[in-house]
Amino acid sequence: MTAKAYIGAGAGFAGDRTDAAGPVVRALARRDGPRFLMFEVLAERTLALSQLERRRDPQRGYNPAITRFLGPVLADCLRDRIRIVGNFGAANPRGAAEAILALAREQGLPAPRIAIVEGDDLAGKLSAAELAARESGSAILSAASDVIAANLYLGAGPIAQALNEGADIVVTGRVADSALALGPLMHAFGWAADDWDRLAAGTLAGHLLECGSQITGGYFADPPWKPVPGMADLGYPVAEIDADGGIVIGKPDKTGGRVDRQTVIEQLLYEIHDPSAYLAPDVVLDIGGVTVQEIGPDRVRVTGARGRPAPETLKATVCVDGGVLGEAEISYAGANAAGRAHLAATTVSERMARRAPGLVFRVDAIGAVSVLGAGDGSPQRAWPSDSSDIRLRFAAQSRDRAQVELLLDEVEALYCAGPAGGAGVRRHLTPRLASASCLIERRFATPRIVMLGAGA
Amino acid sequence: MTLRTVKLHDIANARSGDKQNRLNIALVCRDPAHYAAVAEQVTAGRVAEVFAARRPTRVVRYDLPLLAAFNFVLDDVLEGGVNASLGLDGHGKSLSFLLLDIEIAIETPVARLSQAGHRSA
Repeated sequence: MTAKAYIGAGAGFAGDRTDAAGPVVRALARRDGPRFLMFEVLAERTLALSQLERRRDPQRGYNPAITRFLGPVLADCLRDRIRIVGNFGAANPRGAAEAILALAREQGLPAPRIAIVEGDDLAGKLSAAELAARESGSAILSAASDVIAANLYLGAGPIAQALNEGADIVVTGRVADSALALGPLMHAFGWAADDWDRLAAGTLAGHLLECGSQITGGYFADPPWKPVPGMADLGYPVAEIDADGGIVIGKPDKTGGRVDRQTVIEQLLYEIHDPSAYLAPDVVLDIGGVTVQEIGPDRVRVTGARGRPAPETLKATVCVDGGVLGEAEISYAGANAAGRAHLAATTVSERMARRAPGLVFRVDAIGAVSVLGAGDGSPQRAWPSDSSDIRLRFAAQSRDRAQVELLLDEVEALYCAGPAGGAGVRRHLTPRLASASCLIERRFATPRIVMLGAGA
Repeated sequence: MTLRTVKLHDIANARSGDKQNRLNIALVCRDPAHYAAVAEQVTAGRVAEVFAARRPTRVVRYDLPLLAAFNFVLDDVLEGGVNASLGLDGHGKSLSFLLLDIEIAIETPVARLSQAGHRSA
C-alpha cells in the first residue's frame, strides 16, 4: 500500500511566476511514491475572458501561458513520472491539451497521455432565466440577457478517474481549486467518495497548495515584523500526505521563502468564511480542530481536518456583460498641490453633474487617499492637505460607454481648463464582466473524460 | 509584567480574502500568549467600527483557539466585489493592514516587544 504521496504547486494564479515549478519538480524527483505537480491558474473572471476569446477564435480560450508554465518542466515530469494536474483548460480544455501535445512534439518528447475533464460548462443546459432563479447572494442575472460564461465547480472524482486510467497529464476547465490536489490523493490512496475525514484532509491539502507561494512566504513579507528571505527566489510548496490524510508542508532546498506556523496559518484561513463549513463539491471541510506544528526547518505538520457529507448543490460562476470601466488620472505636485487637486476634483464634479447627472463616479487621491476610500466615493480619511505629490484618479462604470467617455474627456480637459500645473493625463477604457454565484442541482453536472495522445 | 498599548500590527498577522462582495480577514497572533487579549478587545463590533465607512451589513468573528487566530467575515464591504468596484483594490486585499492599524492593550514583559520582528515567537 502507498505510504505517502507528494504534491507540489507549480503556480497559484494565472499571472504567477513561470520559473517556480522547476525547483518543485527537482524536489519531487528525489521522492519515492506517487508524485504530482499542480497548477491552479483559473480565477473567477479568467474563465469568462477565456469564453470571450473562444467566441472570437474557436481554437483559443485556454490559458495562453500554458507553454510558459509547462515548457521548463514537461520533459522532467514525463521522464520521472511526475503527473501534472492543472486547470489550464479554462473555456477550451481540448485546446489546452492539444497545445501540450504540440509542446511535447516541439521538444522532441514522446507524446504524453493527456486526459481532458469536460462537463463544467452549463451552456445549453440552463437558460439565463433558469440561472437567475438559482442566483445566490446577489441579483445580477435577472437584469442580464447574454450569459457569457456559466461553469460549475466540478469535484475531484473525474481527476482521480483520469489518473486511474493512466493519464500523465490531466487538463480541466472549472473544478474546485482544492480538487486539483484531492483528485490525485483519491487516486493514490483509493479513498472512497464518502470517506469524509480523508476527503476533508485532501481538500485542506489542496486549499493550502492552491495559491502556490502564499504558504511559503509570498504575500506575507512585512519586515522587520515578518521578514522573508530570498523573495526573488521563493520556493513553491511541496506537500507530503499520508494515507490517513496527515499533511506536511515544505519547500524545495536552496530556495527563498519560509514555511512555519505563521505562513501556514495565514494561508489556512485565506478566503475562508465559516471555518466549520468550507464548502467543496466533494465534502464539507471543518478546520476548527486543525492544528499546525513546526516539525523542522521549513517543515510544518497540519492535521485534524474533519469532513461532513458533500453539499446537495454545486456552485457555479456565471458571468454577464458588465459594461465598461473608465479610468483617468492627472497629477499635481509641489506648492499647494492638494489645493489644486481638490479644485480639479470639484471642477470635474460640477461639469459631470450637468453633462451626465446619472453617472456615479469615484475620485481617489493616489498616495494619500485611494484604496482606503469609502464605498460611496467619499474619502474614508480626510482629504490630504500636506501632500506635495498627488495623482487624482477618476473612475466610472456603465453599460453606456459614451457616458463613461464623458468623464474621461472632462479629466483630459483639465490640462488647459483646469487648475495650474496639471500633468500626466492617462485614460483607459476596460471591458468589464459582472459575475454571480449560482447554486445548481447536481444532476446538471455531467463530467466526462476524453483521452488524447499516447494510447488514446 | 506591565500593561502596554501597542498596534495590533506589533503582535499579529492578518490576511484578506474576497468572495464576491464579502471580505474575510484572518487575524493571527504571532505569540499565542496574546490570544486572550485580542479575543477580548478585537470584537466583531470593533471591527465593524474600523470599516464603518464601507457600511458592513454584518460582521461575524469566528474564533480558532487552536491556531491563536480569528476569522472576521464582513458582508457587503467591497463595493460590489472585484468585478463591480470602482476602487483600485476591488479585492480588499489591502484592508487587512487597516485592521492591523488599531491599538490594543496587552500585558507583556517589555523584553518581548523588542523581539516582535523575530520569527517563531
